[in-house]
Amino acid sequence: MLDSTLQQLGSALRARQISSVELTQLYLDRITGLNPKLNAFITVNPEMSLVQAREADARIAAGQASALTGIPIAQKDIFCAKGWLTTCGSKMLHNFVSPYDAHVIGRFNDAGAVNLGKTNMDEFAMGSSNETSHYGAVKNPWDNARVPGGSSGGSAAAVAARMCPAATGTDTGGSIRQPAALCGISGLKPTYGVCSRYGMIAFASSLDQAGPMAKSAEDLALMLNVMAGFDERDSTSLQRDKEDYTRDLAKPLNGLRIGLPKEFFAEGLGGDVAQAVETAIAEYKKLGASVAEISLPNSKLSVPVYYVLAPAEASSNLSRFDGVRYGYRAPEYSDLADMYEQTRAQGFGAEVKRRIMIGTYVLSHGYYDAYYLQAQKIRRLIAQDFTEAFRQCDVIMGPTSPSTAFKLGEKGDDPVQMYLSDIYTIAVNLAGLPGMSVPCGFGANNLPVGLQIIGNYFDEARMLNAAHQYQLATDWHSRAPQGI
Amino acid sequence: MSEAEIETSRSQLSGIFALIEEMQAIDTRGIEPMSHAQDVSQRLREDTVTETDQRELFQSVAPQVEAGLYLVPQVIE
Repeated sequence: MLDSTLQQLGSALRARQISSVELTQLYLDRITGLNPKLNAFITVNPEMSLVQAREADARIAAGQASALTGIPIAQKDIFCAKGWLTTCGSKMLHNFVSPYDAHVIGRFNDAGAVNLGKTNMDEFAMGSSNETSHYGAVKNPWDNARVPGGSSGGSAAAVAARMCPAATGTDTGGSIRQPAALCGISGLKPTYGVCSRYGMIAFASSLDQAGPMAKSAEDLALMLNVMAGFDERDSTSLQRDKEDYTRDLAKPLNGLRIGLPKEFFAEGLGGDVAQAVETAIAEYKKLGASVAEISLPNSKLSVPVYYVLAPAEASSNLSRFDGVRYGYRAPEYSDLADMYEQTRAQGFGAEVKRRIMIGTYVLSHGYYDAYYLQAQKIRRLIAQDFTEAFRQCDVIMGPTSPSTAFKLGEKGDDPVQMYLSDIYTIAVNLAGLPGMSVPCGFGANNLPVGLQIIGNYFDEARMLNAAHQYQLATDWHSRAPQGI
Repeated sequence: MSEAEIETSRSQLSGIFALIEEMQAIDTRGIEPMSHAQDVSQRLREDTVTETDQRELFQSVAPQVEAGLYLVPQVIE
C-alpha cells in the first residue's frame, strides 16, 4: 500500500477496497512512528484529517469521487490552511492558526483530498538544507546524519520515507527540485504563474511558485491537475485554459531533442553525480531522443543575481511581521519601535535576518542601481539564454544539485557554500521556466542523485512525458530507503 | 544582535557581497531590467466590495485586541 501510486490509491478507494479513514490512519500511524526520528512534520492534527477523510468516504459512497478524493496529502507549512497551525518554519508564526485557506489548499479541499499535516521547512523557505527551521532540522531518510535539502525538506523526506503518498512544495530558487534530488523523489516547479500564490506565505514574490512532490512523474501530473489554475486573488496568476497534465505521458520519446548546457557539466559538479546523469542521458538516447550541447553563458551569474533579488523582495515581504496583527510579539518592550525591534530580533532566525539585511542594503539609496537594477538586467540576460537555447532543443537536462545530500551542520556556518548548492536550479526561477527533478541513480554512500529537466514556458506536459517514459524504462524512482 | 553575532554576521555578509560583486563584470548597457518572469500587464477589476467582514475571525489570532481594535504601545503622548 505504501508504495502505491496515486492512481492505484484512487482506484482502491473508489472500488471500496479501502476507506479514506483507513488510509489516512495508516499514514498517521506511520508519521507517529517515524517523525520522532525524521522530524518531517511540524504539525499533525489527526482529528482534522479524519474529519476530511470521513467526508471523502461519503463523497466516494455517493459516486462523486475525482482522482485525488480520499487521498491524504502532506502540505508544506508555507500554505495557509484554515484552522491549521501555519508556522512557515518560523518562531514568528509559532502560534498562527490560519483563518483562511491558500488557493492551493482550497483546490485540494475541493478535490476531496485529505490534509495529512504540515511539513517542516527552512524558515520562510530561506535555506537549502532545512536546517534553518525553528522546529529543528529534518533528517534525510537515506542517511539520518545528512540533510534532506531545502527548503521543502520536510515534504521531500516525508514522500521518501512513505509517510505520505505525495506532498506540496514551493520553489523560489530550487526548493522543490533540490530536496527532491537529495531524497530520491520526483518534484516539479511549474511555470511562474501556473499555481496561485494566494495564501502561500511570500518570500520572493517574482520567483515563488508552488508545485507537487511525489514518487513518480505520473503522480506529479495528477497533483498538478489539482494545483494549477487561475485565481483572481493573485495578480500574477495566469489566465489560461485548463490543462490535463497527464495527456502526453504515454507518448514515445522518438525525436525529442535534449540540450545539455555545458556550464552544468563543468567544474564544481561531483563525479558521482555527473556519472549518474550521463547514464540517464544514455538511457534517453536509447528511448529515441537526440542530444546536443548547448550553452547558457550567463547562468554562472544566477547565484549572485538571485542573492540580490530574492533578499530585496524578502525584505519588503517580511516587513508585515510586526507583532501587531498576528504571530509572535515580544513579551517585553518600552515603546512601539522597541516592540517592533524586539519582536523581529526574537521572532526571526539568523538566516532570515541575514537576508533582510542584504535586501535592505541592496535597495538603499546609492546602491540601488549597482545592485538591484544590475541584477534585474542580468536576470534578463539569463532568461534570454534560455530563449536562445530552446531554439535548438525541446527540453534541457542536467544535474539538479552539484552533490548528493551533505552532512547536517556541514555548510551551516558558510552561507556562500550553502547558496552555491542551488547553482543549477536558480536560473530556472529567474527566467520563470518550469523545472523538475527525477531520481536517476545513486552516488557515493548510496545517496540518491537527481536529474533536472527544464522545459520551455508552459511545457510541463512534455517534461512529465519525458520523465514518465524514463521511469517506465528504469526503476530509480521506485527505490525507497532501507529500514524505513 | 549581540556583539558576537555582529562579528559573525559581518564576515558572512562580506563573503556574500564578494559573491554578489561578480555581477559588476557584466556590461549591461542597453539591457532592460527584468522585474518579473512574465511580461503581462496587471489585471484590472470592477471597483466593488468582494470581501466580507471577518474582523472577529482575523482578530482572534492577534497578540492584543480590545473593542475591535489592535492594541500597540502608546504612540502619541
